[in-house]
Amino acid sequence: MKYKKILKNIQEKAKIIRRPIRLMELCGTHSETIAKYGIKNILPKNIKMISGPGCPVCVADQSDVDIITGLALSGIPIACYGDSANIPGNLGSLENARQQGAEIYIVYDISEALKISKKNPDLIFWGIGFETTAPMTAWGIQNGLKVFSSHKIFPPAMRALLRNNKIKIDGFINPGHVSVIIGAEIYKKFKIPQVVAGFSATDVIKAIDMLLDQITKKEKKVENEYARLVQKEGNKKAQKLISKVFEAKNARWRGLGEIKNSGLKIKKKYKNQDAEFIHRELIAKIKKNIKNKPSVCHCGEVLQGIIEPKNCPLFRKVCTPDNPQGACMVSREGSCNVEYRYG
Amino acid sequence: MFADKIGMCLAIPGKIIKIKNQLAIVDFQGMKKEINISLISAKIGDYVMVHAGFAIEKMDKDNAKEIKAYLKNEV
Repeated sequence: MKYKKILKNIQEKAKIIRRPIRLMELCGTHSETIAKYGIKNILPKNIKMISGPGCPVCVADQSDVDIITGLALSGIPIACYGDSANIPGNLGSLENARQQGAEIYIVYDISEALKISKKNPDLIFWGIGFETTAPMTAWGIQNGLKVFSSHKIFPPAMRALLRNNKIKIDGFINPGHVSVIIGAEIYKKFKIPQVVAGFSATDVIKAIDMLLDQITKKEKKVENEYARLVQKEGNKKAQKLISKVFEAKNARWRGLGEIKNSGLKIKKKYKNQDAEFIHRELIAKIKKNIKNKPSVCHCGEVLQGIIEPKNCPLFRKVCTPDNPQGACMVSREGSCNVEYRYG
Repeated sequence: MFADKIGMCLAIPGKIIKIKNQLAIVDFQGMKKEINISLISAKIGDYVMVHAGFAIEKMDKDNAKEIKAYLKNEV
């Protein structure tokens, strides 16, 4: 009943607004909910949902994928979260490297990586993800784990999206669990309608309704639909842990290019656990030998909401979850993977 | 555990049934797992949202019903 009532409100507001509205869900888990429950199909015609860059595996920079695969192929044991092993790069993926004899460990959480590193001190954990996984990696580093950090922070990417004239967005559905860590207040600096939302279908349509409400009233504020979990200021312990171990650096995002202060670099204090320092000579050699293979993968444009997965010539033909040509098909949170499974 | 359903940002709610220093045993609707609770201040009986082996936030008791529904339908 609740669901139907919210949908009715959305329809009424869409009629009042009349013009086409583009709302971006920033988190890959929201994209999954939207696809799984067919939310795009039940929305009024002038309300369009587009997927943003909120899938960490998808936005991983090609050069990072090549470095970690190069390290693995050079005999360095690597641990990573599941999806990360399948991102294709110029040297193949970590999974390809494993098939060639490299030592790759897929872990569910950082304590597993830490256990492996006790027996295998050369182990490098590939830290990937936003503010939701960075505190765990920071904890791992404090407890002796060696890490190659591809961690990214979310708000700078939102600023980059808003500055890009090619992308027209009328409102953001902000990530739920990133916001558990960083809080809801931090988004106030962006002058666009925003709603922090949970991950059930009702959460998402409620967030859409709240965004349309702001648009009809010409408001640009941050509302918190996920207040049952997301605090105004976020999880301070987790924030403190991140800033103890990491510092901001410029980072490259697939599709969005280099974004100022959007990456997390391991602080000098922990340099003997930083793969970028430990293996600096090997990394320089890997970088020098990389030849970029031409690819027609459109992941970068999909990530910015410029095209939809179905507009890519590879989609469903040569690019499938079993044989991904690009990062957006690899992760279960990737737009192409989600569209493949539910589209 | 739930490996095929775990995305980078997907978190799962559960109830703390035992605590030893930084670690707690969390009950996810019958499935019990050791979880790191160093990012929150928690006590036995608290409901927590767990992500990648860590409790990232406490949940209100009032939401317990909602959590149980969530576990039934979504996970």
